[in-house]
Amino acid sequence: MSSHVLVDRLQFAFTVTFHYLFPILTMGLAIFIAYLKTVSYLGREDRRFALLRRTAVEREDHEAAARFWAKIFAVNFAVGVVTGIPMEFQFGTNWASFSNYAGGVIGQTLAMEGVFAFFAESVFLGIFLAGRDRVSARVHWLSSLLVFAGSWLSGFFIIATDAWMQHPVAWDHGPHGQAQLNSFWGLLTNRWVGWQYAHNMSGAAITGAFVLAAMGALFLLTGRHERFARLSVRVGVVGALIFCALQIYPTGDRSAHNVAQMQPSAFAAMEGLFPTAKGAPLVIIGNPDTQARRLDSSLALPDFLSFLTSRNWNERLTGLNQIPTNQWPDSVPLVYYAYHIMVGLGTILALIAGLAVFLLWRGRLYRSRPMLWALMLAFPFTYIANIAGWTTAEAGRQPWVIYGLLHTRDAASPASSVPAGTGIFTLLGFCGLYLFVGILFLALMLRIVNQGPDDGALPTSPAAAAAGGG
Amino acid sequence: MATAWFCFLALMVALYVVLDGFDLGVGALHLLLARDGEEREQATAAIGPVWNGNEVWLIAGGGVLFLAFPRAYAAAFSGIYFGLIIVLWLLVGRGLALELRHQLDHPLWRGACDTVFCLSSAALALVFGVALGNVVRGVPLDAAGYFSLSLFHILNWYALLIGAFGVVVLACHGAAFLAFRAEGPLAGRARRATRILWWPQALLFVALIGPTYAVRHAMLDKLIDHPWTLVFPAVAVGALVSQPLLARAGRWLAAFLASGLFIVGLLTTMAAGLYPSVLPARQHRPHGLTVDNAAAGHHALLTALVWWPLGMALAAGYFFFAYRMFFASARRSALEGS
Repeated sequence: MSSHVLVDRLQFAFTVTFHYLFPILTMGLAIFIAYLKTVSYLGREDRRFALLRRTAVEREDHEAAARFWAKIFAVNFAVGVVTGIPMEFQFGTNWASFSNYAGGVIGQTLAMEGVFAFFAESVFLGIFLAGRDRVSARVHWLSSLLVFAGSWLSGFFIIATDAWMQHPVAWDHGPHGQAQLNSFWGLLTNRWVGWQYAHNMSGAAITGAFVLAAMGALFLLTGRHERFARLSVRVGVVGALIFCALQIYPTGDRSAHNVAQMQPSAFAAMEGLFPTAKGAPLVIIGNPDTQARRLDSSLALPDFLSFLTSRNWNERLTGLNQIPTNQWPDSVPLVYYAYHIMVGLGTILALIAGLAVFLLWRGRLYRSRPMLWALMLAFPFTYIANIAGWTTAEAGRQPWVIYGLLHTRDAASPASSVPAGTGIFTLLGFCGLYLFVGILFLALMLRIVNQGPDDGALPTSPAAAAAGGG
Repeated sequence: MATAWFCFLALMVALYVVLDGFDLGVGALHLLLARDGEEREQATAAIGPVWNGNEVWLIAGGGVLFLAFPRAYAAAFSGIYFGLIIVLWLLVGRGLALELRHQLDHPLWRGACDTVFCLSSAALALVFGVALGNVVRGVPLDAAGYFSLSLFHILNWYALLIGAFGVVVLACHGAAFLAFRAEGPLAGRARRATRILWWPQALLFVALIGPTYAVRHAMLDKLIDHPWTLVFPAVAVGALVSQPLLARAGRWLAAFLASGLFIVGLLTTMAAGLYPSVLPARQHRPHGLTVDNAAAGHHALLTALVWWPLGMALAAGYFFFAYRMFFASARRSALEGS
């Protein structure tokens, strides 16, 4: 692979990974902020629906919690937006051949993201953050719902775009040899979209839930903001258990099934499956050796993989040995480890969430220091699991950028337009800029956490300052 | 149908420049006009709630270019690689400075954010002008439909002139925004700035006709061949002339809208003069990208013709709602203050 393509790949991988750290939390928090606002707005003491049967004090607590989480959301959103804009433009700058080839199809979904999701999200976030004193309680509640809808719709269009790259449908050849859309409906209902979207959004919600729980646990352990902390831990652990369960079944199960059917090479690499086998084993741990074509130090459950994939203990699964090496993912170990890290962390997180909910049910969670410690420290691993999942999907698709249609090596901008040296310069620039942005972000987060939920005076954005100063 | 998408694209670009243009203009003048902490607070708070929504028009505009003319998208963005990456970095800096300056109440932090905000806004206005200048001048497309311009070739004399014009126009636009939106001494200085900046704006507008004719005389010929398109430059001239008249009458909102209309007039004139080119080659050279050879397939353009107006109508509704809310509260607080 020529070096300019390598540089383009590194730059895209770095910028998209860094960018995605922020939408994970905005999408994950949006659903919980919408929940808190809904309880606060619709809650009454005489509601028949138990979740909404709330006293005035409880509603005020939910409102205060929504206000605090909106501060975290706002900073995340700002960094997500500014790091997201380079993503759209890099399709053109670094991946011109890909854009030229696929723009007639995926231009649809990417433009729809801007038109249907971003406008709603940005405008209503502005109202949500600025409008506490300016709009009615109902408009304020509705804007929290629209921020949630906008951020989750945005996720859908990105997944629909990626799904087309994973499993291209609804296209034919255009006059210049590019792909050309022939069914808009087919693009949106691609078999790949549904489960990948559900799996991805559930993953983001897990991060949101664990961040809620971690913040609450921190405050409980340090004895601050007791009521806010209990509410955050409670909503966080229940949410974490619900979404961890959804993450494993059905969304994870069905997503893996899709990969097994539509990308057998990626599936074999994920599972570290070298020989084609009836009754394939499920590898728990092990180190793939692509030279010797075997797994070292592996621990495996016999026949389980066949069963999980097809509900049949004797199902025959294609191994890497049966696939020509030029169709293997560029790095089998990367795909294998990313996938196993995702699954392993997911399992551990589900166990933590389950145990925490059990303690909550027994009424012991708020006093169980070991459990609170575990909750406080668990949230970074949800980020790792989310990123590892995306790494599995994108590295597993290699050597294709559009599976079966366009090789990654043919997708970059021509070397005459973007030579490797230029790419290295901009890659270094992104590294430096994003390092700075990351440190700044952490410092601001620590500050917001340190101030805690009771301080209503801190403006979260110029908008809020305008409201306060007006 | 590709022609319809050409019009939409021109519309998106014009809306972006008008809307984010006043954010950039306010930014470029920020350090000059707003002298103390309170005034800077006022200036950034005036655009705080809306800049992010305004910037979405850039993303949506890029989306339309990608959707409708993928070949032009691929060629333009890879060809001016350096210029575009610099734009991206500046956008990151501008957005963060604006959004994060309120997070910390310390004079050094605020000063740093204000400086980054001011410099990146001014630089963005310049680079956007340079980019448009290069489009008008044409780019050295090869037979495969790609080109490459190194940094110094991006910064050619014509593009730099248009870039300077861009800075002046957007600064004037930003001043017009503050003139009607701000209060106290800040409003007074902004009003004076609109009067001062109007002169270089008008002078450059007239002076640039000659160089534009030199780099692309087909543009002027086209406007004259299709006399109805002269309505676009007429709008620009009318808006330009009405600006000082409205300002003298103290109708600052109308003057701000006239400033926006001037920008719309300029950009639609450019679009009408370039059509059917989306990304033209240099004058008298082959391989230019037009609405015919750069457009996406029929089905894609047709279906987008259904959902796109729907999405735009929704977006327009959101914007109307949000702007009404912010401006109504600004008027209310102005009334309470007086």
